[in-house]
Amino acid sequence: MASWAREELLACSIARLIGDAAHVAVGAASPIPATACALLRAQGRPLRVSLLHKRAGNPFTEGSRELFDLAGQGRIDVFFLGGAQIDGAANVNLVQAGAHRFAGSFGSAFMYFTARRTILFREEHSPRVLVPKVDFISAPGSSPPQVWRRGGAQALLTGKALFAWQPQGKRFRLASVHPGNRPAEIRELTGFDYDAPESVPLTPAPSSEEIRLLRGPVAREIAPDYPDFARRVWASGAAA
Amino acid sequence: MHDLPANSPQFLADAEAIAAQIPDGAYLALPPDYSLVAMAVVRALVRRRARALRLLGVPVLGFCADLLIGAGCVASVESSAVSLGEAGAAPRFTEAAESGALRVIDATCPMVHSGLQASEKGVPFMPLRGVLGSDLMARRADWKVIQNPLSTQPDPIVLASAIEPEVALFHARWADRCGNVWIGRRRELATIAHAARRTCVTYEALREGDMLEDELLAPGVLASVYVSALAPAARGAWPLGMADLYAIDDAHLMQYAKDARTREGFERYLNDFVWQAGPGKSSSPAASRA
Repeated sequence: MASWAREELLACSIARLIGDAAHVAVGAASPIPATACALLRAQGRPLRVSLLHKRAGNPFTEGSRELFDLAGQGRIDVFFLGGAQIDGAANVNLVQAGAHRFAGSFGSAFMYFTARRTILFREEHSPRVLVPKVDFISAPGSSPPQVWRRGGAQALLTGKALFAWQPQGKRFRLASVHPGNRPAEIRELTGFDYDAPESVPLTPAPSSEEIRLLRGPVAREIAPDYPDFARRVWASGAAA
Repeated sequence: MHDLPANSPQFLADAEAIAAQIPDGAYLALPPDYSLVAMAVVRALVRRRARALRLLGVPVLGFCADLLIGAGCVASVESSAVSLGEAGAAPRFTEAAESGALRVIDATCPMVHSGLQASEKGVPFMPLRGVLGSDLMARRADWKVIQNPLSTQPDPIVLASAIEPEVALFHARWADRCGNVWIGRRRELATIAHAARRTCVTYEALREGDMLEDELLAPGVLASVYVSALAPAARGAWPLGMADLYAIDDAHLMQYAKDARTREGFERYLNDFVWQAGPGKSSSPAASRA
C-alpha cells in the first residue's frame, strides 16, 4: 500500500516538469497543477504563480483578460491544458466527442501558442481520452512554419504515465510509468501510437520531505481555492 | 459598428425591475461565476419567463447560464466554456447542447476579450495571435484571417470582429447617487460595459457622495456614462460570491450540480430557490438548503 495519494505523485511530477520556470499560470479547475506550484514555493523556489481563480489576493486586476495579455507578451513560461480528448499529435479537444458535449475550449486556442511551455494534464488514462485523432481541435499541437507560435507541448501527464513531447518528430515518447502500472498496460490503454525506450523508468514516488510539505503548508495554501479537492485528498490535514 | 449612447442611469426598485429592462431575445453579456454575477436578476429573469436570450460569456459562463438554460430562457450561448468549475459539468447546458435544443457558438477566451476591446475603441476588429489551426475557425464566420500588413514575411493573423452586446448585466459592491458603480478589481466588467449598448447593474449598498471624487475608490469605479439602469440587491450575487463581503457558496453549487443532473431535480431546485424566493416571499435567497 503506497503511503502517498495519486494526486500527490502527480503534483510532484508536475513540479519536476515546471523545473526552472520563472512564471507559471494556472487556469480553470486545476487543483493538482496549483498544488505543484505551491510545493515548489514551499521548497523555497522563487516561482511566480498566477492562479486565475485565486479567491483572496488574486494577482489580476483586469480579470482573465490580463492573463491572456501576459501570455501574448511572452510573460508566462508554463501553462496547463487538459482535454476531453488528446491525440498523438498533441492536439487538444475540449468541445465535443461523438454525441458528448464538453465545457468548451476556454483559452486553449491562444495559450497553447503563447505560453512558452504547455504541460498537458489529464488524470484519466484511457483509449476514450487518448485517441488516435481528436474529434475536434480546440488547440492544435503544432503549426505550419509561417504561423507565429512561441511555444507548445512539453509533456503529457496522466494518472498512469508521463509522456515527453518530441517537437521534431511530432510524436510522444513514453518517459515513465507511475508505480503500480506496467508499460504494456500503458500501450493498451493509449489510443495513439508513441515511441518508448527498451526499458521504461518508474515515475519517482514523492519523497518524505515532499509529503511533509504537501500535507502541511501546501494543503493549507490550496484549501481556500480548491476546498473540495483539499477535503478529498488531505481530509483532516486541510483545515484552513 | 453602431453609435452607442451616453447613458443616463435610471434608479429602479429591485432586481425584478432590472429583469424587466432585459427584453426577450436580447444579446446579453454576462461575467463568469467568480466575477460579480447579478444572480438576483438571473432568478428574476426566470420568474418573468424571459425567452430566447442570446448569452455572451465574458469569457466563460457557469451557474447563472446553466440556470437560465434549464429554465428555457436561452436560445443561444456564445462562450469559451460553460462549466461549474470545481462542481463539475454544467448539467442543463450539457443536456441542451447534446439534444440540439441550444445553439452553442464556441469561442476562445481572448477572442471574446479582443472583440469587446474592439467595441470599446469603436473599431471593427482587433487582431490576436494564436487560434489558427483550431477547428473553432471553421465555426466562426466572424473570425477572419489576414496577412499581417506590417510584415514583408508570410504572417497570417486572426481578427476578432467587434462584439456589441445589447445589454451587459452584473452586480456591484456599491452605487452612488450619481449612478457610478464600484466594481473594484473586476475591471473586465468595465470592458463589457464599455462595449455594450446598455448596462444593467445591481448593487449591495448605496454609498453617499460621488465615488469619482474619492481618489482611492475612483480606480474601481465604472462611471455612470455607461450605466443605464441600477437597483439594490443585498446578497445579489448569492450563491456566487462578492469579493470580501461573502464567499461563493460551494456547498450550494455542489448540491445544484447534483440535483440538476435530472430534469426533475432541476425543477425542484427552481421551485425551492427561484419560484419560492421571489420578492415579498418568506424564503430568503440567502438560506441555503445545502
